[in-house]
Amino acid sequence: MAQIDLVNLSKVYPGDVRAVDDLTLTIPDGEFFALLGPSGCGKTTLLRTIAGLEEATSGSVRIGDRDVTRLPPGKRELAMVFQDYALFPHMTVVDNISYPLKIKGLAKEDRLDRAVKAGDELSLDGLMERRPSELSGGQQQRVALARAIATHPQVFLFDEPLSNLDARLRLEARTFLKRLQRDLGVTTVFVTHDQAEALAMADRMAVMQSGRIRQVGTAREVFQHPVNTFVANFIGSTPMNLLDASVRGDALDVAGQRVDLPEDVRRHVTDGQEVVVGVRPEYLTVSSSAVDGGLQGVVAIVENLGTAALVTLEADDLSVAVTVPDGEEPPIGADAWVTPVPGRVLIYRREDGELVDAPVAAAVG
Amino acid sequence: MSPREMVGRIGFYTLVALATAFFALPMLWLVSTPFDAQPGLALAIPDPTLGNFSELLDNRYALGSLLNSILLAVGTALLVVAFAATAAYSLSRVRIPGRDVLLYLLLLLSSIVTGTAAMVPIFLLMFELGLIDSRVGVVLVLSGGLLPAAIFILKDFMDSVPKSYEESARVFGASSFQILKDVVVPVIRPGLSTISVWTIVNVWGNFLVPFILLRDADKQPAAVLMRTFYTEGGSPNLELISTFSLLFSVPVIVMYLFVNRKYGFRFYGGIKS
Repeated sequence: MAQIDLVNLSKVYPGDVRAVDDLTLTIPDGEFFALLGPSGCGKTTLLRTIAGLEEATSGSVRIGDRDVTRLPPGKRELAMVFQDYALFPHMTVVDNISYPLKIKGLAKEDRLDRAVKAGDELSLDGLMERRPSELSGGQQQRVALARAIATHPQVFLFDEPLSNLDARLRLEARTFLKRLQRDLGVTTVFVTHDQAEALAMADRMAVMQSGRIRQVGTAREVFQHPVNTFVANFIGSTPMNLLDASVRGDALDVAGQRVDLPEDVRRHVTDGQEVVVGVRPEYLTVSSSAVDGGLQGVVAIVENLGTAALVTLEADDLSVAVTVPDGEEPPIGADAWVTPVPGRVLIYRREDGELVDAPVAAAVG
Repeated sequence: MSPREMVGRIGFYTLVALATAFFALPMLWLVSTPFDAQPGLALAIPDPTLGNFSELLDNRYALGSLLNSILLAVGTALLVVAFAATAAYSLSRVRIPGRDVLLYLLLLLSSIVTGTAAMVPIFLLMFELGLIDSRVGVVLVLSGGLLPAAIFILKDFMDSVPKSYEESARVFGASSFQILKDVVVPVIRPGLSTISVWTIVNVWGNFLVPFILLRDADKQPAAVLMRTFYTEGGSPNLELISTFSLLFSVPVIVMYLFVNRKYGFRFYGGIKS
C-alpha cells in the first residue's frame, strides 16, 4: 500500500510535443483515482510514466517512500492491466496468472497456490485450464485482474479498463471493479475518456487537457463546481449550458434579457464585465408562465432521456438545455421561462474561462 | 441428369484422371524403380530386389553426402532463423524512415544473391575470404540469399504480436531475454517453423552454390552427388539414381509431416482468437 507523488512531472516527445506538462499530483494511499480527459490529453502517457513504460523527461515519481523515477517498471512494485488485457495466448489461465510470479522467482507450488487463490477471488475456478481465446471478454478481464492481484502490488494501474466490454457488461464491471478496489484497499489509478465512468467509480479524479490538470476533485466537486469552462463542458452526460453574458449592475444581460445575478457571486464581478454563465440542465427549472428574473425562450426540441426529457429552448441566438421530469415537457413552440436552482449558477470569466470566485484554480493546475 | 450431362461429366472426370496420372507417374517411378532389378525410364512392374540399395551403400560418397546435406541445411536454417527473427523483431518495433522500401529492396535483392548472375562475384568473394571448399562458406552464402525473404515473412509475424504483451511482461519485471523467450517466440512459433522448413527445403535442393564452392568430394551434398551417377559408358546409372532419389526425398517429407503436425505452417501473422 502506498501513496503516489508526482512532482513537476513532464514528458516531452521529440518535436517538442509536451504530452505531460509540469504536473504535480498526490494520490493518497488506498484511493481509487481516475485520470480523465479527451483523447490526446496525455492521460495514458501519464499512466505509462507512472508505470515506467515511458521515461519522465523531468520531475519525479514517488511510490510510497521510494523515488522510482529512474527505476525500470519491474522494480516499481506495481501491476498494470492493459486495455486489451495483454493475456498471453499460448498460456492457460493459470499459467497467465502465475507468470509474473515465475518472473519474481517464486517456487512452483507457491506460484500455483497464489494463482489459484487469485483466480478463486475473481470466480475463475473451472476456467483455469483454458486458453484466453476460449474466454469471454468479461472473463478475460478477470484473468488480467487476477494476474495483477496475484503479484500483491503496491499500486494498480488500469488503462481504459472497461473499453473492451459491451455496454451492459460495462455497468456490471464498474460495480465489480469498485468493490474489488475497496476490498483490496490498494492505491489504484485508472485512465478513462468516459466522464460517466470516472464519476461512477473514482474516489477522486483529475480532469486533464493538453498534458495539464484542469481540475482535481471528487466526483461531486468536479460535477457541481467545475473550476473552468473546459471541465464544465467535459463533465456531465448532458453538457452544461455555457451562455455568454455581461454584468449590468446587480443583474446579468443574457441574450438581451435581464436575468438575476445570484447574490453569492456578486462580489466577485464588476459592472460591465464580460462573463460566461454556466448552469447544468439538471439545475434549471422551467415554467410556462412568466417568472421575474428568469430567461424567456421558445421550446425548440424535446429529447427523451428515459426518466426525464431534455428540453432545448431558444432565446435570441442562444440555446438553453433544461431537463424536466417525465411527463412535464412543455409543447414545442410554446414560450417558457427558466430559472436556476439557487446556488447552482457558476460565473466564469470570459477571457480565460476560469471561475470568478475560484482563486483555487491557480493552485490546482 | 440428362444423357448429355452424363457424357459431359464422364468426359470431365476422364480428363482429370489422365492429368492426375500424368503427374503421378514420376512419383510412382520414384517409389517403384529403386526396387526393380532392371530399372528403365518407363514405369514397369518391378522385378523386386533390394540389390540397388546395397549397390548404393557400396558407393563411398552416398551416405556421407546425405549427412553433408543435413549439415548444410540445418546450419543454414539455424543461422537464418536466428538472424531473421532478431532482424524482423527490430524492424517491426523500431520506426526508421524508409523501412518499407528497405524491406522490398531486400526481397528484390535476395533473388540475386544466390542467383546464377551473382555466382562469379560470390565465388571471388569466397575465394578472397578463404572460404572455398568450406561448408561454412556454403552456409553463409545460402543464408545470405534466404535471409531477406525470411525477414520479410517474419516481420509480418512480429507485427502481429501486440506491444502490450511485451509491456505487460516488462511491468512484471521480465528481462528482454525472458520476454523474447516466454512471450514473443511462443506466439510466433508457426512463423519460425515455417521459416526453418522453408530454409531446409531450399538448401536441400540447391545444386549450384555447393557445386561451385565445394571442391572436396567428401564434402559435397546429395544434390551435387546425384550428378556423378553415370556408368563408365557415360549413360545414367538408373539403379543408383532412382535409389538415391528416393533416399534424398524421404527426409524432407518426414520433416514436413513432423513439423506440420507439431507446429502447423502459416505464412502470415496473427493471433488465433
